[in-house]
Amino acid sequence: MKRIVILGGGTGGTMMANMLSKKLSSREAEIVLISNSPRHQYQPGWLYVPFGWEEATDLSRPLKDLLRRDVHLHIDAVKSLDHLGKTLQLESGKVLAYDYLIISTGSHIHPEQVPGLAEGGDHFYSEAGALRLREKLNDFQGGRIVIGVGGLPYKCPVAPLEFTFLLDDYLRRRGLRDKTSLTYTFPINACFTIPTVADMAQRLLDEKGVTVETFFNLETLDPTLRIATSLEGSEISYDLAVFIPPHRGAEFLWNHPIADADGWIDVHRSTLQSKVAPEIWAIGDTTNLPISKAGSTAHFEGPVVAAHVVAAVRGQEAESKHAEYDGHVMCFLEVGEDRASLLDFNFAGPPRPKEPSTLVHYQKILFNHAYWHLVPTAVI
Amino acid sequence: MENLTIAKESDARGSFCPGPLMELIRMIKAGTVGEVYAILSSDEGSKKDIPAWINKAGHEYLGSEPAEGATRFLVRKAK
Repeated sequence: MKRIVILGGGTGGTMMANMLSKKLSSREAEIVLISNSPRHQYQPGWLYVPFGWEEATDLSRPLKDLLRRDVHLHIDAVKSLDHLGKTLQLESGKVLAYDYLIISTGSHIHPEQVPGLAEGGDHFYSEAGALRLREKLNDFQGGRIVIGVGGLPYKCPVAPLEFTFLLDDYLRRRGLRDKTSLTYTFPINACFTIPTVADMAQRLLDEKGVTVETFFNLETLDPTLRIATSLEGSEISYDLAVFIPPHRGAEFLWNHPIADADGWIDVHRSTLQSKVAPEIWAIGDTTNLPISKAGSTAHFEGPVVAAHVVAAVRGQEAESKHAEYDGHVMCFLEVGEDRASLLDFNFAGPPRPKEPSTLVHYQKILFNHAYWHLVPTAVI
Repeated sequence: MENLTIAKESDARGSFCPGPLMELIRMIKAGTVGEVYAILSSDEGSKKDIPAWINKAGHEYLGSEPAEGATRFLVRKAK
């Protein structure tokens, strides 16, 4: 019997554990899931927390409740990975051997990488950060707000746009929009990476009276003078700065032979298999692929990784339907006033977003609630 | 450009989000001054966007060449 170890209790890891448990019998494989938290977080929900439109307590559930009974869950953290000896050293002192390893340890924020960001900036990329921003917005009575990307890569690439649209909506509802200037910044020479989406978003930003500053890669934040400076040399004064902090992979992967300095695992883009260790796969944010770090990416990668791991356990070829990942990503784009659009794309072509509608917004709200029953459980 | 030593190359063919330019900015920010970085892009817009950012950010654009059905852009981190 083979032992499959899965690292990470987020979207990718939880889904992989359940998917493999369904596909493989207990005689074929033992499935072990290591998570450093007993709770599974629904991170996309943090977007709504600063406005009081979601409660942080509703966005996490016990991981154990989401797992099939034959998945062995250990709450522990990885100290080191010996990919040649195929063993993991855990923080508890245990050493765990594996035959196949699936790494889904995600991406983690590091505001300390940008001078002044931890002290002077806010974000909604953690439960604590979203709650702190809620308090600041509650106290806010008007002024200058700047929004942007504090470092690359970052997960959920549309989130700064969504936050800007929802913030405009929130300030209008509170009667503060006339007393507030909003400046949206973005690292490249457009308000978003995909031209079809950027065209639509730019029109909406213009309609909402949001100033847009492009080619803005945050270099420093001065919390005393309240000035954000970009590496391109521009400066923006602010009263409230909302910047997505830079992300890194899990610490045990920093400078590991299977990953780069920031811990992003080098994988084959069609199979998600490590280029260094063939018995290791990575899924979701933890790969080095230049694609969206998002739950939906992990969701669409899942069947591919499962097909290859099952094939490896059985000594077969991966089943053809899921043999290759095609770059599929799907993201909702909230634009405020209870309207949203949907971006659906893969390596073959960019999304063709439809005009934002109330229907898609409510599909997003419905998905936020249905997520628990459908995605980590590997129902869809 | 055959004499250049490329420190790191990223394959961003078919990457619409975050896209080739964001991937290049990530590599340059994480990189070492003086080293050369390469990005493979299948996005036509890269031919304008990538040199424009390199110029704005003060790095050295070394040119582009056809590669693997796409275009390889080369840049030296200057600061």
